Formats: sequence, C-alpha cells, structure tokens
Amino acid sequence: MIFRKVGEEDMTSRKCMAMLLAGGAGKRLGILTRDMAKPAVPFGGKFRIIDFTLSNCTNSGIYAVGVLTQYQPLILNSHIGTGIPWDLDRKNGGVSILPPYVLKGEKGKWYKGTANAIFQNIYFIERYNPEYVLVISGDHIYKMDYSLMMEFHEEKGADVTIAVIEVPWGEANRFGIMNTGENGSVIEFEEKPSKPRSNMASMGVYIFCWSTLKKYLYKDDDNSKSSNDFGKDIIPMMLKEKCRMFAYPFDGYWKDVGTIESLWEANMDLLSDDPALDLYDRNWRIYSVNSNLPPHFMGASAHVHRSMVNEGCMIFGTIHHSVLFTGVHVGEGSDIRDSIIMSNVKIGRNVKIKKAIIGEGAIIEDNCQIVSDAKKPEIILLKGDITIPVNSVVKSTIVSIRDLQVSGEEQNMA
Amino acid sequence: MKNVMGIINVSRRDELLRDLTSLRCIASVPFGGRYRLIDFVLSSMVNSGIYNVGVFTLNKYRSLMDHLGFGKEWDLNRKRDGLFILPPPIHYPLGYYRGDLQNFFSHIDYFHRSKQEYVIITGSNIVCNINFNEAFRFHQETEADITVFYKEIEREEEVFAQCRRIEVGENSRVLDMEDKPGRLNSNKVLIEIFIMKKSLFIKIIEDSNKLEYANLIRDGLIRNMNRLNMYGFHYTGYLGIINSVTNYFKHSMDLLKREVWQELFYKPGLIYTKVKDEPPTKYLDLARVTNSLISNGCLIEGRVENSILSRGVKVHQGAYIKNSIVMQRDVIGKNAIIENTILDKEVFVSEGKELIGDTKQPLLMSKKSMI
Repeated sequence: MIFRKVGEEDMTSRKCMAMLLAGGAGKRLGILTRDMAKPAVPFGGKFRIIDFTLSNCTNSGIYAVGVLTQYQPLILNSHIGTGIPWDLDRKNGGVSILPPYVLKGEKGKWYKGTANAIFQNIYFIERYNPEYVLVISGDHIYKMDYSLMMEFHEEKGADVTIAVIEVPWGEANRFGIMNTGENGSVIEFEEKPSKPRSNMASMGVYIFCWSTLKKYLYKDDDNSKSSNDFGKDIIPMMLKEKCRMFAYPFDGYWKDVGTIESLWEANMDLLSDDPALDLYDRNWRIYSVNSNLPPHFMGASAHVHRSMVNEGCMIFGTIHHSVLFTGVHVGEGSDIRDSIIMSNVKIGRNVKIKKAIIGEGAIIEDNCQIVSDAKKPEIILLKGDITIPVNSVVKSTIVSIRDLQVSGEEQNMA
Repeated sequence: MKNVMGIINVSRRDELLRDLTSLRCIASVPFGGRYRLIDFVLSSMVNSGIYNVGVFTLNKYRSLMDHLGFGKEWDLNRKRDGLFILPPPIHYPLGYYRGDLQNFFSHIDYFHRSKQEYVIITGSNIVCNINFNEAFRFHQETEADITVFYKEIEREEEVFAQCRRIEVGENSRVLDMEDKPGRLNSNKVLIEIFIMKKSLFIKIIEDSNKLEYANLIRDGLIRNMNRLNMYGFHYTGYLGIINSVTNYFKHSMDLLKREVWQELFYKPGLIYTKVKDEPPTKYLDLARVTNSLISNGCLIEGRVENSILSRGVKVHQGAYIKNSIVMQRDVIGKNAIIENTILDKEVFVSEGKELIGDTKQPLLMSKKSMI
C-alpha cells in the first residue's frame, strides 16, 4: 500500500488521534432517536450531544478525529460536515466520517461491536501512524481535557489508560467498574457487577498505545466467539495478558443521557444557579453548527425566568424552568413549564405545556394542553414535525397524529 | 448574479458616530445585538448570488478585518473570487487622501482582474436587506448607464435629515441629485447603492484621477448627470442610513418593533455575521425582560425593558436597563440603573450606579469604561 502518511510533519496528529464512536442507536430514547443516532440528539438549547466530544478534542489539541457512524447517520453527517464549527477542517487530519464499507474481495459488514468498528478502520489510523489512539463515545456529555489524560498515560508508561468517574454506590451495578491497586493500576474490570467492589466507573474514554491496540484488535478479530467490544472483550483480554492498564480519575460532570428521563434531567441541570456543567466557560467553549438567526425577541407580554433561550426565538408568553432551542415561537397567554422545546417549534396562543419534550419543527396550535395526568406524571414526548390542531388535549407521548385522535376520543368519552 | 461583483465602500470619513467610531470604522459598528453594520449589505450581496466582493477601507479597520476574517461566515472563502479587503496604500501619488475614487484608483487592478461585467457599489452604513436580482433586472430593462437606489419616505423623518435627496421623474429617470442635504425639496432619499457596467466604473475612476477629482458621488455621479442615463430604483424594505449617534439609536430602537425585526432579519434572506459560539442566554428567577432583543451568552437576573443586549452581557440582580443599547460583554452591577444609554463593548457598571441619558440625546459610554 503506498500512502503518503498524513500529518507526518504535524506533531499533534502524529502523536495522538481520536476515534469517536457515533453509531449508537440509543433505543431507550424512543422516538427521539427514530430518525437520528443518539449523538445527534439535541441538548442544552443549541447543541447536539456529539458537540461535547468534538469540542473536547479540538480544545485538547487533538485535530485528527475519525467519527464512526452506522445507525441513521443523515442528521449526524450533515451536522458534522467538514468539521468547520470545531475547527476540524484541516489539511493534516481534521474530521473524517467513517461508515462501514465493503472490504476488498469480501462482502460488506456492519460494525459488529465497538472494537470491530476500530478494527475495520485500521488502515485509516495507519495513515496517521499515531503513537496513541484516543477512543471515545459520542453519547456522553462532559468537558474533559484529553491532553492531561495523555500526560498521565505517558507518565505511567501505560499500554492503556481508562478514564473513570466516581458514581453513587447504589448505581455502580449499571456501569463497567474498575478495581484499582494503590498506584492506580487496574487490577480487575467488571461489567455491570451485581456486587460492585468499587464505585469507579469507566467513562468509555480510552487512550491506547496504537501498536498494542493494533495487536489486540487482530487477536480479537481472530476469535470468532468474541462480540468485538472494548468493554466486554478487548479490555478483559488485555488485563488477562498483563498489559499495563491504568485508571485515570476524572472529577467533573459526566452524563450518559441514555433515557428520556436522564435527557430531561440533564437539560434541567443546566438551569440551576451553579450548574456542574458550565457552558459559559470561555476557555472551554462547546462548539456547534450555527443557525445564523437574529437575537431572540421578548415581547411586551413575555415572562421568562429560570430558563435558557436561544437565538431566533420570539416569546410572548410565560416560560418557566425550560430550555428553548433555536427559532421557537411562543404566542401570547401560553404557559410553558419544566419543558424542553426543540428548534423551530411554533406554539400558538393560550397553550399550556408542562414537563414535555417537543421535537424539532412541531406546530402546536392555539388552546392546546400538553400536560400529563396528575395521577401518573410522565414526561410527554412529542415527535418532531407534527401538527397538534387547536384545542387538543395531549396527556401522553405522541408519535403520530393518529395517537392524538385516539386519545382525543377517549377525552370525549370521559 | 454571476456577472456582478460587489464593492463595499468604507473609504469615507467616519467620525460621525463620536465614540462609537473612535476606534473602529463605521462598517464595524455593532448593530442589532449580534451584527456589525457591514453585515447587512454584505449578506444582501451574498444572498443575491454575488461571490466576488471587494471591501475598500480607509482607516481604523482592525476590528473590521477581525470581523470579516476571510469571509467564511458569508461563504466568501472561495478559490476563485471571494472576499477582498483592500486598504489604501500608505503613500498616495498626490501626497494626501482626498476621497474614495482615489482608493479605487490605487486598486484598479482588482477591477481589471475580476471577470464580472457589472459592479454594485454600496456604502457600509446602510441597514437594509435587499435582493439585488430585482434591481439588476431593472438596470438591464431600463438600459441605464447607472442605477441609483432610493427610498421614498412618506413624511419628513428626522432620521433621514442628514441624507442626500434625489429627484426622480415619472419614467424613473434621475433628474437631480444633491451633494449636501438641504438643496432639494424631495421625499426621495438617496441610498448609496449603484449598479453600472464595470467598464463605466473604471472609466469614471480613471477620468477622475486625471482631473484630480476624488469623490464618487460628487465627481463620479453628479458631475456626469447630463452625460449618463441614470435611473432610480425604489427600495421599499426597511432602511436605515446610519450617520449620527441619534439616528443610530433611533434605528436600533426600531428593531424592537415586531414587524421590523421579522422583516429586516429574515426577508429576503438571513443576515450573516461572525459566529461567537456563545451558549443560549440564561434567565434566572428574578429576571423580567420585556420588549427587548437579547443575544446569546447573556446571564440575566435583573430587569430589561425596550433594550438591545449584545452577546455575553451580564445583568445582575436588581439592575434595571431601559431604552438602552448594551454591547458585548458589558457587566451591569447590582441595582444599577441604565436608561437611554448606549454602552459600548466591555463596559463595567458597578453596583448601584445610575446612567441616565435623554430620550433624544442618549448617553454614550465608550469601550471598556469603568463606571
């Protein structure tokens, strides 16, 4: 194979590159991930989840990033584009989108597991020939300086370093738990242990020495019984073969917004006085695609408190404890509480919305009520691009307009 | 519009806006929360399909260059054509700078090298949102030598008092044009936007240079009034010609009218500007904001009424901002009162201070003031 190695003259990309896993379906996010991969799910009034990891890369000085996509990549691909918002449009490196492909002389294969996704792109990584490879997931929301982790990795002379975060003991059984020795080396790794012996959970952030990782990727691929997953296969195998493995403790906000509840909570977390995730830090900006809309307009009848509002919004109603994305219109007399309203949602007059997530581009006409039953309060999810006609009452999650008619009839009968 | 190039003329005396232009040229004066004045003509050009734009500057253009960069936000980072920022050479052939035609002449190669057959020349202090295609069609249909933009105002408005007027006949022929406001009793305000063949523009520049004329409007247009076919194109959208602090203030406040906000920022195209990657604005419990335009990245705990806030402004508890323009990264301390005031960038107003201007004569605080 004759390649001119990319980035040979470029210290940063030669030293460390990132492989970002962004193929997750995020099934537990229901209709939110029906048309987009989990990393593309909107968050925090203007971002998509993947913006956090992409911004971490560029802020950490990692300018070569491979993004592995598989599930519903359309929105993700158009969001990432050539990487301009993250300063990842570069001559040497930059962002590359890596979907599964057909290998020479073979049938095409989907990415079987996280490790297999990297395995299938060994040639891509080889073009950069990096010393280290950072493997991260586009599903998580956190701000982290990977360069500090890399220093730690070099200091320890590790083969692999895994970032860990302290989780509440009661939840430790939901994570991959690292049991460490005194010097921070990993002695044992347990995936979702029923009786956890530590509360240090893996964040799904790994730094590998590329030469070592490559060896284990080939080894793992030879094993037909393997599920080709980092947590389940690669890490246990490396541990068994006595690789130098260290846990890098991270102290900060980290969240896997896997469910509707946790997505809602993570958005609401931003509204507290001193949120653990500071979006206003000028030294660690979170970059995203910009919509180029004017400042938001607050009408004479607007009442907005404890909320976040993005550009292009036009507010004439009351907003309390909510997150409004780009270009949302809220008519007079409407009252929105504890809700997340995504981009370009148009809300008419005298609409009441409580504890709901309204998908992009939905239209809610005058006098609608979107409030769950007091008896069984749940977060109401409204699919994007749906139109809720005047005077409708919505009490539960709506996927298509047919659901509404059914519940409407129930309403009439009641 | 492949055959049209755009010229934005910043080669003007620009001390008109007092402290707002003490460190920057008029093109880069902040306007409407997140924009600079040049964004309006520049975005109009790009939205109309013009991809070769030359910005002719005179002085104090550091902030303008910082704002424009290499034109990425306007899609003008092109291999062919794109954005050209053209400052004047240090030594003029005749020793001193006399007018914009001189600056055009010193960059005459730029015109020769560009492939387009037509030019649209605009000023840089015009608040508008224009689709130039319509005007270009008008220019071709009338077979005009020069098309001049104007706006008819219904009643005499103070904001246009300092603007040149023109007389336009029934067939849209331009009959008269004044060099200084006051001579003509017309309700047609001249907008500094002209369309002509590039060859004619080059001829005007070269002829003027020989005759030592220097001013595009006076020497290029008015002097040639009888020799050239000039037609007036009536622009009907929102118009601001920013030439004083009071009219800057008045036009800014116009943006708080819903119909102006909706038209100027959206129709016929969006206005682009330099992106700052600010997060959404956060409102806390005691925030009370009405009839205002608020940019991203602000943190608001106080009261804001009839005002425009730029990006990254902090309004602390108990502070009260009324009828004011508050620019980037200003900090308004607890219980401070700001009324009829323009705060330039990075002004710090400490706790309990009061800044109250007059409705007609707003108070102006210069960049980085500590109060």
